[in-house]
Amino acid sequence: MLRISHISKTFNPGTVNAKKALDDLSLTVQDGEFVTIIGANGAGKSTLFNAISGSFITDSGRILLDELDMTLLPEYKRAKQIGRLFQDPMRGSAPGMSIEENLALAAGRGGWLGRLSKADREQFRAQLGLLGMGLEDRMQQPVGLLSGGQRQALTLMMATINPPKLLLLDEHTAALDPASAEKVLAITRQIVEENRLTCLMVTHNMQSALDLGSRTIMMDRGRIIFDVAGKEREGLTIQDLLGQFKLAAGKVLDNDRMLLGVE
Amino acid sequence: MSLSAVLTLGQTALELGLISSLTVLALFLSYSMLNVCDLSTDGCFTLGATVGAVVAIAGHPWLSIPAAMLAGMLSGMITALLQTRMGIDSLLSGIIVNTGLYSINIAVMGNASILNMNKTETVFTRTKDFLAGTALSGQYKTLVALIAVALVILFLSLFLRTRLGLAIRATGNNPDMVRSSSINPAFTTIVGLCISNAFTGLSGCLLAQSQKSVNIDIGTGMVTIALASLLIGNAFLGKGKIPVRAVGAVLGAFLFRLVYTIALRFNMPAFMLKLVSSVIVIIAIAGPYLKGQMPLLKRRMAHRRGEEESEC
Repeated sequence: MLRISHISKTFNPGTVNAKKALDDLSLTVQDGEFVTIIGANGAGKSTLFNAISGSFITDSGRILLDELDMTLLPEYKRAKQIGRLFQDPMRGSAPGMSIEENLALAAGRGGWLGRLSKADREQFRAQLGLLGMGLEDRMQQPVGLLSGGQRQALTLMMATINPPKLLLLDEHTAALDPASAEKVLAITRQIVEENRLTCLMVTHNMQSALDLGSRTIMMDRGRIIFDVAGKEREGLTIQDLLGQFKLAAGKVLDNDRMLLGVE
Repeated sequence: MSLSAVLTLGQTALELGLISSLTVLALFLSYSMLNVCDLSTDGCFTLGATVGAVVAIAGHPWLSIPAAMLAGMLSGMITALLQTRMGIDSLLSGIIVNTGLYSINIAVMGNASILNMNKTETVFTRTKDFLAGTALSGQYKTLVALIAVALVILFLSLFLRTRLGLAIRATGNNPDMVRSSSINPAFTTIVGLCISNAFTGLSGCLLAQSQKSVNIDIGTGMVTIALASLLIGNAFLGKGKIPVRAVGAVLGAFLFRLVYTIALRFNMPAFMLKLVSSVIVIIAIAGPYLKGQMPLLKRRMAHRRGEEESEC
């Protein structure tokens, strides 16, 4: 269970550029819950992810994952429990190293001096096969040769090879072409369901925000302004979401990218 | 030029090439793998030379090797701590350590800037005695250097396949990814620089003992020379697996020395070595960049002559 209580973060405090990116935000996510997050640019969605994964330490508030207090933990220590994917497919893997070397590093078996074993290789091959991208036959090739979709699928596999307690997906399909995006999304759904992962996903596509997952929250100016799950969420349409935004934020949602995502 | 002269040239180039290739292998780890341009290399090379010389003069030729490597490791650790824990830019921390090492090196030599080892038992004299009477007795210098290089390549080939080795490679490639594999990139940088500087120290130690003297300038320009060798090696064996690339680095060091020795033979003054190495580094790094700029440059020229429009 993820428990975020009253976190705040102001960038450039004390200057004219001061920006309150997170404003006394609290959120509790139950084990196995799949939460989709929507909101306009600058609403604080990515900042929330950065706070959870430890890219920066929040100014105040606490973040707990199960019993572990992560509030002041550095990013690399939190990464043991948290998997994260970014919009940029290049960010999650080392381009100069081969597929199996990337996977070996992510799997992290056998201590510091451990080496890639035959069993590991077989397991990687089997799991890569499940992606259906032919990567299992290219395990010796450098990751830099893969397409964006392939790299993102690989990153997803790397992030979940040791199932994390929490998976953060930051618009991880937004930079891919539609066919790849669909494929990566399907793989995501499959991996999340199989491992019953607790998952937060930022998306600009309102339809997939409603289709995917079990709960949807909407953010604006560093706060959560709308939080819906269960029966109430089932019948919801995009128009309802837009209406909710106007009601809660007191303005019309005017984000082109988001509205263009309305199909 | 007689055959024996050619052989002597080749022999000198081989000896010096092998000894300096240890520094090239150090940069192979720090520059090619970790993506850190370690500017403390010059000072660290001299540190290995002075520490090794002092220990050898004290009567412990074999102990001089681990002593020089340990000293190099320490220097590497300080460079790494400055850049990972104290927010000092990686180039700057190299320069700072390099400057500081000048004083340390003078101090190690007992307030002198030159030490003579003419009558000192060194790793080389010991090997020479050991090989006396065998067919290899004339090759004792090459043999010592060759063994050192082979051991370092073996170590690197095995080490860079371990999880720690992979993490070091990934740190130079994509530090974000290292962090998300729950490894602290600061830690991998420290380990990497400790190891690479141990090799630099070893390189300095062997050079000083092979030329039976050490002076404070022994390491000056070493980083550029090693970088030039590394880039030459890259041009030949830059692709492929780690052992191949490591051998390429050694080959680069040998070729560099060979060209240099031949140039000396044709009356190029010895002081030109450093200029030549600078020019090689410039060509190797700027060359590919300028080549990439060529099409744009050509279009600009064509545009200026007014040919662009007529093409359409």
